[in-house]
Amino acid sequence: MNISRRGFMKLAGTGAACLGLTDLGFDLDPARVVAADLKLEGAREVLSICHFCSCGCNVIMSIKDGKMVAAEGDPDFPVSEGALCAKGAAFQSMHYSEQRLQKPLYRAPGSENWEEKDWDFVLDRIARKIKDTRDRDFIAKNAKGLLVNRVESIFELGASQMDNEECALTHQMLTGLGVIHRDHQARV
Amino acid sequence: MTNHWIDIKNADVVLIMGSNAAEHHPISFKWVLKAKDAGAKVIHIDPKFSRTSARSDMHVPLRSGTDIALLGGMVRHILEKEQFNREYVAQYTNASFIVGEGYGFKNGLFSGYDPGAKKYDQKKWGFASDQNGVPRRDVTLKDPRCVFQLMKKHYRRYTPQKVSAVTGVPVRDLLKVYEIYGATGAAGKAGTMMYALGWTQHTVGVQNIRLSTIVQLLLGNMGVAGGGINALRGEPNVQGSTDHCILWNSLPGYLPSPTSDQVSLEEYLKVNTPATREPKSVNWWSNKPKYVVSLLKAWMGDAATSENGFGYDFLPKADPGVDYSVIFLVDRMYKGQIKGGLVLGHNPAQSMPNSNKVRKALDKLDWLAVAEIHHSETSDFWRRPGVEPKKIQTEVFLLPSCQRGEKDGSITNSGRWLMWHGKGIEPMGQSRSMGWMTVEIFKRVRALYAKESGAFPDPVLKMDWPQDYDADAVARKINGGYTRDITVNGKTFKKGEQVQGFLFLRDDGSTASLNWLYAGSYGPAGNLGRRRDLAQTAMQARIGLFPNFSWAWPVNRRILYNRASVDPNGKPYNTAQPVIAWENDKWVGDVPDGPAPPMALPGGKYPFIMQTEGMGQLYGPGRVDGPFPEHYEPAETPLKAQPFSAQLSNPCLKTAQSDMDVLAKPGDPRFPFVLTTYGVAEQWCGGVDTRNAPLLLEAEPQLYVEMSPELAKMRGIGNGDPVVVESARGRVEAIAMVTVRITPFKVLGKTVHLVGMPFCFGWTTPGAGDATNRLSSSVCDPNVSIPEYKACLVDVRKAEKVTELFV
Repeated sequence: MNISRRGFMKLAGTGAACLGLTDLGFDLDPARVVAADLKLEGAREVLSICHFCSCGCNVIMSIKDGKMVAAEGDPDFPVSEGALCAKGAAFQSMHYSEQRLQKPLYRAPGSENWEEKDWDFVLDRIARKIKDTRDRDFIAKNAKGLLVNRVESIFELGASQMDNEECALTHQMLTGLGVIHRDHQARV
Repeated sequence: MTNHWIDIKNADVVLIMGSNAAEHHPISFKWVLKAKDAGAKVIHIDPKFSRTSARSDMHVPLRSGTDIALLGGMVRHILEKEQFNREYVAQYTNASFIVGEGYGFKNGLFSGYDPGAKKYDQKKWGFASDQNGVPRRDVTLKDPRCVFQLMKKHYRRYTPQKVSAVTGVPVRDLLKVYEIYGATGAAGKAGTMMYALGWTQHTVGVQNIRLSTIVQLLLGNMGVAGGGINALRGEPNVQGSTDHCILWNSLPGYLPSPTSDQVSLEEYLKVNTPATREPKSVNWWSNKPKYVVSLLKAWMGDAATSENGFGYDFLPKADPGVDYSVIFLVDRMYKGQIKGGLVLGHNPAQSMPNSNKVRKALDKLDWLAVAEIHHSETSDFWRRPGVEPKKIQTEVFLLPSCQRGEKDGSITNSGRWLMWHGKGIEPMGQSRSMGWMTVEIFKRVRALYAKESGAFPDPVLKMDWPQDYDADAVARKINGGYTRDITVNGKTFKKGEQVQGFLFLRDDGSTASLNWLYAGSYGPAGNLGRRRDLAQTAMQARIGLFPNFSWAWPVNRRILYNRASVDPNGKPYNTAQPVIAWENDKWVGDVPDGPAPPMALPGGKYPFIMQTEGMGQLYGPGRVDGPFPEHYEPAETPLKAQPFSAQLSNPCLKTAQSDMDVLAKPGDPRFPFVLTTYGVAEQWCGGVDTRNAPLLLEAEPQLYVEMSPELAKMRGIGNGDPVVVESARGRVEAIAMVTVRITPFKVLGKTVHLVGMPFCFGWTTPGAGDATNRLSSSVCDPNVSIPEYKACLVDVRKAEKVTELFV
């Protein structure tokens, strides 16, 4: 039988629960197992990865009716063997935190407040700012007359929080714009 | 990491230095403890006693910024006690190379120093070559000008007494560490080094790492199971983001960014592609043109042609000698030269050194767009304590980012494992992935250029850019494919097919790849980052290689430089835990560093394939501050003189020049204590994510400063008292944590006190305290411009009244 570590742990868990019943008579474990089963029943499992340190612990998200009902360390991930640290254990709650930003915000020059805006407004305006700054400050040649095709007055910082695919596109965009003041957490 | 997380279990000695792995990479410690259970010795060398120390066999506190002194003493011990692996050193490192007459070392300076420019003429340090241009060698290691003898002479000065006097570590502890770690030089034994920002964030950061590699090469610990130089990378995808090189000085895949004097692709490739006449050297970087051209093709598609140098002119060029990295970027922002920018998942107003300056620099911007999950000290800089928003004219955009579980894509962990993660739920509210934002922003910029034209529109308009963000499509493009039908060695590949690996990349425009390192991750067999197969051979299982789980760059090699784990005939040094072995005319085990036979056999190659000469570099003429690491004090030091030379600090250190970049004098009586900074297990880096997770904030709620009972008594501070910590650059309020975890150091006969503070608390979390980095300095290492966060000078006193903390 080809069995994954996760499958094995599920079996072992059931076995332990049965033992508890017969040996101890009074045990909350079976109730806990039933409760967990109810929560996860019918849930779809999707694999994610903890978004903190670079151990990259795999996390199993249980999805039910479009909601993440649980997130737990993946026992089949050979590095963590199912464990998560305190930060990794916050995976699910951080997805549903009320403190998250949910709408694009805009702060006008000199304003004391944020204003909610739609995506089109902020994206169009950022694009306009980038273009105007680039057009005004673009340097085709340096003092020696050598071709440099860069803009020094726009910068980019970040990010090790992004996926590889996002990093690759960010680098490509910055190259296209000629942004040379670009850096991220790799240096700090 | 040259090795990977699980491999730590294979070590006989685990040396953790410049890291608090148990608290900052908790899961990594599982493997440290497995090694320990199997009999390994675990040594923790760090200024502060932490949970890592508690689980180690030895905790050795050292004064922050003196790692080179300690490791230099180790090199001396290894050489004098002959603990090194002689065959490995003679055959696999440049120990036998003869150094040219130009090299010298006197009074703490190497030859060729220009005090005006604060730079060396590195040409002085070249090897003596034969008529073919190949370095001359003496494999007996006896020639007085060979690397081995010069190294011996250099580190003879690092006596235990001197090392002890500088580091504050008692001689008996030094000797114990040296003896235990040096014992891994025996064939079949392995020592691993685990390090983090405690090594890198110094004005000698690069040389700290260099010296650790010297130790590892001497002991034959590179390439073997349970060995290696293992950087415990911090952020969730800092490995991947480094590989994709969002850095001014690199193109994706560690290809150098072009400079203005490299006027054509031809010139750029000529300058940057190393050549060697040494027939046994693989010199992998000789393939660089294939990777560069494939990258340009991936970026610019049909607009990159052989006629236009594949669009080389479209690339921005740096001016030689100018540093565009973050410290200098901030300095130019502070001086009003930078007008706007994008901050994507970063919090520089909190996590950059000298953050008072960073915050003032942000005030000078016309516009700023920040992509974040929560409000941060950077996004909300304009309403920080002590400023009037009305006076700040910056237009600010805050773009709500989604969480990991709300998007798919890949990350690369510290062990170079590329792993795919799936989207489980829809993004909360209107939050979106940063990939989506990037695609949308550039799409809109392109539309403006298409409509209005503007300054040099070609690179903007000619980029091959997607209409929508599709992580899978980008992952395929990172791997790369064929741009036309092509026949190579009788085999035909069709346009649009995925390339099988970087061996198939070409410099004629027939292949396109966004990152050569990742070529092979998503070849014809599909996305290997999704693999979940735990199967391994018995040999692989012995060292926990898991070659079928996910995929590691390069070419699924799990342990780098593994050809150095075998003797010149291909026999593993450690027969109980082999990484690779030459059996029946082929390699078994891990993917070897190139398929060539072992070094001693016909067609054999040297093991260090990324080095031009194929040898591990005990002598490193490529570093700007010297071919051998030398102890220099931090830029801010409690000492007025140091015993190794008259040169107090790194002669090449870099610093921005402004009214806010002030340093305390050496031995400055105003700031008598050394400050080091660190994270905590329940908070994350600058802290903005975890401070917004209530349970984690409850676990670590407030900024504190750890100090010894002796220091507390001297300053009349009680445990739990609010105190003020002050440096030449700033003032921070914190709660005193008086603890024996920190002990005073005896340095050059005097008592030196060290205090330590986490840096994760910021003002957007009310009452938690504000940025510790207001104290740290932005003086940098000269090789890579990493700032010296880990050692500066402060004073500590009891606070009369506090405003940053709820008390």
